[in-house]
Amino acid sequence: MLLSFLAVMALAILRLRNLLAVVMLSGIYSLLSAGLFVTLDAVDVAFTEAAVGGGIATLLMLATLALTTDEEKRPAERLRIAPLLVVLATGALLIYGTLDMPSYGDPQAPIHRHVAPRYIAEAQSETSVPNVVTAVLASYRGYDTMGELAVIFTAGIGVMLLLGRARKRRDD
Amino acid sequence: MHRHSVLRVTTKLLMPFILLFALYVQFHGDFGPGGGFQAGVIFGAGFILYTLIYGVENARRVAPEPVVRVLIAFGLLLYIGVGYAGLLLGGNFLDYFVLAQEPEKGQHLGIFLIELGVGTTVAATMVTVFFTFAGRGRP
Repeated sequence: MLLSFLAVMALAILRLRNLLAVVMLSGIYSLLSAGLFVTLDAVDVAFTEAAVGGGIATLLMLATLALTTDEEKRPAERLRIAPLLVVLATGALLIYGTLDMPSYGDPQAPIHRHVAPRYIAEAQSETSVPNVVTAVLASYRGYDTMGELAVIFTAGIGVMLLLGRARKRRDD
Repeated sequence: MHRHSVLRVTTKLLMPFILLFALYVQFHGDFGPGGGFQAGVIFGAGFILYTLIYGVENARRVAPEPVVRVLIAFGLLLYIGVGYAGLLLGGNFLDYFVLAQEPEKGQHLGIFLIELGVGTTVAATMVTVFFTFAGRGRP
């Protein structure tokens, strides 16, 4: 049900030319994905998706629209064969790749047999943190989380360097 | 946005709850869903809402840009600092067991501190990015 809503949203975003509506619809798209994550019992991810995708990303896109224009230029109305073939081939390859993946929810899938059982069994006694997601993110996978934080840091610095400096120059 | 009194009043009413909820998500992340990332984003979103309604100038007065910039780096440094603290106390990098007398307390302390670092950097980055976007284009 949610997946079909997602598909409808994606198609609507493709069809629309008014970018303001597109931004709003992509916000709804994020909210729907958050709902999808909740049904998959991934509340932490849903939380992030709702706040980042539905809230902040939408706002940033709106801020960008305020600086540019909210009407998309009409593309040339002719069918191009080469890009269509590339897209179809890539899509076919991706679908072919998924054939090898274990079926959804399979307890024998490699991802459920590597370190996950140990985390689930031991996290409570080793870290005394009831939320296993937090225990994995902050403790077992502390390096990865540090890397993520460094990425956010870099993103912030990058935006400041690219956009902040231009503003200052205009002030001078 | 100066005449929309409904928006202004609602924002004012909601602000403390949004920020409080962010803090709850931050410090309750050990027990329920949530953690530094989510809390930082909610905190940032609260500030962005304020900026949208009351304008960049007022928001800059609440959160001066130099302070926010320092906070971006402070969060990451806090995280790395906790890692080095573990190293100095005789463990591995990002080893929390050595941070306190009992290993479990050390885990709690370590996770608390790095989540605080994550939340600080995320919130400060969100606010800065939005300030930078919103400060452009308007004289």
